Amino acid sequence: MELLTPMETTALLLSLRVAGVAIALGLPVAVLAAWVLGRYSFPGKTLVDGLVHLPLVLPPVVTGYILLVTMGTKGVVGGWLYQTFGIKLIFTAEGASLAVAVTSFPLMVRAIRLSVEAIDSGLEAAARTLGAGPVDRFFTILLPLMAPGLLSGAIVAFAAAMGEFGAVITFVSNIPGKTQTLPLAIYAATQEPGGDAVAARLAAISFGVALMALMLSEFLANRVRRLIGQV
Amino acid sequence: MLDLHIRQRLGAFTLDIAFTAEERGVTALFGRSGSGKTSVINAIAGLRRPDAGHIRIGDTVFFDSVRRIDVPVEKRRIGYVFQESRLFPHMTVRSNLQYGLRRVPAGERRIAFEPVVDLLGLGHLLDRRPRGLSGGEKQRVAFGRALLAQPRLLLMDEPMASLDAARKAEIMPYIERLRDEMNIPIVLVSHALDEVVRLATTMVLIAEGRVRAAGPVGTVMGRLDLSAVTGAQDAGAVLDLTVERHVPEDGLSVLAFDGGRLTVPQIDRPPGAAVRLHIHARDVIIALQPPSGVSLRNTLTATVAEVAESGPSSADVRLAVGGSFLIARITRAAVRELELAPGRLVVALVKGIAFEPDSSGEASDRRKRVVDV
Repeated sequence: MELLTPMETTALLLSLRVAGVAIALGLPVAVLAAWVLGRYSFPGKTLVDGLVHLPLVLPPVVTGYILLVTMGTKGVVGGWLYQTFGIKLIFTAEGASLAVAVTSFPLMVRAIRLSVEAIDSGLEAAARTLGAGPVDRFFTILLPLMAPGLLSGAIVAFAAAMGEFGAVITFVSNIPGKTQTLPLAIYAATQEPGGDAVAARLAAISFGVALMALMLSEFLANRVRRLIGQV
Repeated sequence: MLDLHIRQRLGAFTLDIAFTAEERGVTALFGRSGSGKTSVINAIAGLRRPDAGHIRIGDTVFFDSVRRIDVPVEKRRIGYVFQESRLFPHMTVRSNLQYGLRRVPAGERRIAFEPVVDLLGLGHLLDRRPRGLSGGEKQRVAFGRALLAQPRLLLMDEPMASLDAARKAEIMPYIERLRDEMNIPIVLVSHALDEVVRLATTMVLIAEGRVRAAGPVGTVMGRLDLSAVTGAQDAGAVLDLTVERHVPEDGLSVLAFDGGRLTVPQIDRPPGAAVRLHIHARDVIIALQPPSGVSLRNTLTATVAEVAESGPSSADVRLAVGGSFLIARITRAAVRELELAPGRLVVALVKGIAFEPDSSGEASDRRKRVVDV
């Protein structure tokens, strides 16, 4: 007997894919945001900071709704994307990725920013005197030293992205095989008569994935810290 | 030649500094904490931009407020050794050393990796991370890293301030080797007189954001009006001498300079070697005739050059000894009774001699270094 039913496999793989794409796309932006917020002060910084953190405090349904309005095929951005490139986000897995990328973004920024702020800016000054320009310094000094925060931020955000419910169901609905990620599948199962066993199995899978992600995060962060000479 | 004039507002006071430094040797910026020394080298490195002025080395202009030139730090190629070494924690010692070297085009590399590793004794540390190194080792790596970036000038900001006396004694010879074996001018910031006396060729005395005096160390140290700036306890002259001969049976060495000879406990330098002594003003006694029946052996014929009050009861007397100067701190009553005035012939008795740690090989503890002779 297979360990997982085809429906469970579909939901799990879709969740992994949706979360994976979301983190892959969100991470560079998060690194940039964390670097700018952690290192520079500029007018309007508080506003930018607030916008970055907004998805953390906003009800996910509201985030999903805002995406629906702006990124739908009739929305300002979504309409343009659809007309120009034929890209449709609503009711698609890509749309689900966008939704979880937005909701998990602040988690990544927070973790990475903490490690950026912990880096002694004197090291960057030293690198400057040794002839390293801004991009050079970013890749040779900042990026390696922020790696622990970057890794744990990405993994925690990945786990949270796998579990996102409200923003996904509001923006891309609950279509099996297309947008039905694990939490949505659990919800669907609980709505059907006799679906309790299915829901329980799916919940157990979610539990396992989340726990594994957190443990992996700790493990990798420790390895990286050793690698960059912090312990 | 380094040619610098900068003005910069720094909180409560304005920094206004101008000096030039030679292509060779160590120029020490000496002054108390908060006098503005570090701001000067940060301006040279480009880490802080002065409000006005210019910074040039030879024909290269790094900063000129009138001509609106401000070369970015990473393009200046000025080495900087920070007080806290600032090694990159995620790299091995080898990678730290090569960081600057790799960023210099191969054709412009005059200073090679291996000789620097040998000069600074880093061979056994190459594969280690900075985390496990001692303070002195970290600083040596920082010297090497700055040096291998092929700088046209090397800045050092209190490179020994965070080290204890033993580590400091361990580091000093390396700085001397950089000074003597590398053809790179060094600008050293320090508030420790012993470092300046031992390492510097030129001394720039900075107080409250201004240059109070600049010139050869012996000349600046020999000025009476500066003892308050250099620190009253440490007032004294600096003599440059050469080892004339050793007297092993007595455990003594005879040092010569243009004003005569000094006998000191035997030092570990070959005859002909240059030795610099810091002779504290409180260790110099003035007599009108050569004394007899005393244990002091170092008597020098001198002429009073200058007398200045240095405290409620004391006076500093500058004595010309040949072409060099000594300073004696005596009571004002003695000045009056001995009728000391410029031009008067006297005998200077040197009571104790402070050896800089290299000459005795001892740790830099004043008690151990001063011997009555």
